[in-house]
Amino acid sequence: MTTASLLLQQLINGLSLGAMYALLALGFTLVYGILELINFAHFNVFMVGTFIAMWTLEGLGLSGQSVILHGPALIAVLAAGFAVTMVVTGVLGVGIERFVLRPLRDVKGPAAMITTIGVSYVLFNVILLFVGAGSQNFPNPMPQARFNIAGAVIELREVLIWVVAIVLMLALTFFVQSTKIGRAMRATAQDPEAARMMGVEVDRVIMTAFFLGSALAGAGGMVFGLYYNYTSFIVGFTAGLRAFTAAVLGGIGNVPGAMLGGIVIGLIEALGSQFVGASWADVVIFSILVLVLVFRPAGLLGRVAPNKS
Amino acid sequence: MPEANGPLLEFEAVNTFYGDLHVLKDVCYIIGRGEIVSLLGGNACGKSTTMKTIMGIVRPASGAVRFDGVEIQQLSTAERVRRGIAPVLEARRLFPRMTVFENLEMGAYIHKRGPEFEADVERVYARFPRVKERRNQLAGTLSGGEQQMVAIGRALMARPRMICMDEPSMGLSPLYVEQVFEIIQQINADGISIFMVEQNASMALQIAHRAYVLQTGRVVLSGTAKELRDNPAIREAYLGELQVPAPA
Ligand SMILES: Nc1ncnc2c1ncn2[C@@H]1O[C@H](COP(=O)(O)OP(=O)(O)OP(=O)(O)O)[C@@H](O)[C@H]1O
Ligand SMILES: [Mg+2]
Repeated sequence: MTTASLLLQQLINGLSLGAMYALLALGFTLVYGILELINFAHFNVFMVGTFIAMWTLEGLGLSGQSVILHGPALIAVLAAGFAVTMVVTGVLGVGIERFVLRPLRDVKGPAAMITTIGVSYVLFNVILLFVGAGSQNFPNPMPQARFNIAGAVIELREVLIWVVAIVLMLALTFFVQSTKIGRAMRATAQDPEAARMMGVEVDRVIMTAFFLGSALAGAGGMVFGLYYNYTSFIVGFTAGLRAFTAAVLGGIGNVPGAMLGGIVIGLIEALGSQFVGASWADVVIFSILVLVLVFRPAGLLGRVAPNKS
Repeated sequence: MPEANGPLLEFEAVNTFYGDLHVLKDVCYIIGRGEIVSLLGGNACGKSTTMKTIMGIVRPASGAVRFDGVEIQQLSTAERVRRGIAPVLEARRLFPRMTVFENLEMGAYIHKRGPEFEADVERVYARFPRVKERRNQLAGTLSGGEQQMVAIGRALMARPRMICMDEPSMGLSPLYVEQVFEIIQQINADGISIFMVEQNASMALQIAHRAYVLQTGRVVLSGTAKELRDNPAIREAYLGELQVPAPA
């Protein structure tokens, strides 16, 4: 491969990783935008999502990479996988908010954030107990279709990831911009007290943010499985930290920022692995996290005080 | 049961705290149907806390808040808005990164979309041509006077029976202040009761029917606007600190 086609190849890989990180980063940003809470449980909601997706696909008759589907059957199975996973992780997120975080809503200080770390460990250990520590073969029904472009290869699964990510991000943007509850979400992020005095039931807005963020994490989990063909109880940490970095980089609380930050982190990881060395990717990514926090805490698209006018 | 002739809003011996800080002390107010009632007082005496107690942002520790004859102090803020109380908040508090139109949409949050909504928007535009001009601009980029128009328009979108205004004249040029007070009178003439916190006592007493004077959380004076205008203590207060002896 020439350097140019290597570069192109890593751009393709980076966009796929970036799409996954963006899906995950949106959950951090939606919740932070409204509650100013960093929800570390999100890491492992994503991880649980990979398992829900795996079990759903297996329940639909897939096993490993041995069952390959085409055409409408492929689309139907994948759509069902995404739908079930997103609903289940969405409900999981709402449950965490309702039963663990809401009782702490009015407690000042870091109690709620620390609690989310605790919830994250609970999810982690539940999966470890029930599934074990080994990695699981993630079922993948996609044919090995490849397209060659200027010496680089695009696989079908990458096209799928892009399509899923774009569709979900467009849907989220439409939801937040144009629906009544989406408008209430934006209003609550900008001025929660004023939003209440318009008649907004803030509990419902918070629930919606958790549902959407966790559902997107579930979609990200299924994307992860289809991309890497495996999952394990430990996958939440690396992906979660990178997605969190993406959210901070884009400006936490900012929806387009999370999308942009995800893509940028994905590209850095892919290009960094190719041209600097895979072992350096995390060094680069977390150096970015530190540098952003020190020099531009509002992120690329954020405002200096992201949530207050 | 709602009494058609009773007061629209009533505070009965209301006490409100922030933690240990006792802000409202045995406060009683009455706002009659169709009235403009003004609440006067210096800084930090509890005027905004009165607003927050009406809207349900803070709950009183004791006492009753009745709207239309029904106790509302335990109701959620959203429920109070649905019953017909709309706010014009201190310092406007528009949603700065939403457009003017979206701010009006938020004002109508408790209502369904439909022809009535469209008619309400048109009515606000007719009352405030400037708001119509700026409908696609982000609210945070409007001038203070324009923001106040949007804030009042936003309150009207809820089809309220009463509007609570917290210092509607604050930070406005004298020309805008006159305009705002004129608009308040027009709105009132349409049958909406107004409860208005003001530091600009001279202007407030020109349009109010009645007024209360609050001092460190206690009502120290009340009466018709004319009575208060003629009161020497109030005249004094126009210039400096309020010199009203606290009741024993
Ligand atoms: N959320 C809060 N927590 C604690 N104390 C508060 C809170 N809000 C107001 N206070 C205090 O309660 C007192 C009354 O405040 P309030 O806002 O009602 O005053 P105000 O009459 O509206 O004053 P201003 O004319 O300056 O707007 C003040 O001493 C204020 O510091
Ligand atoms: Mg005030």
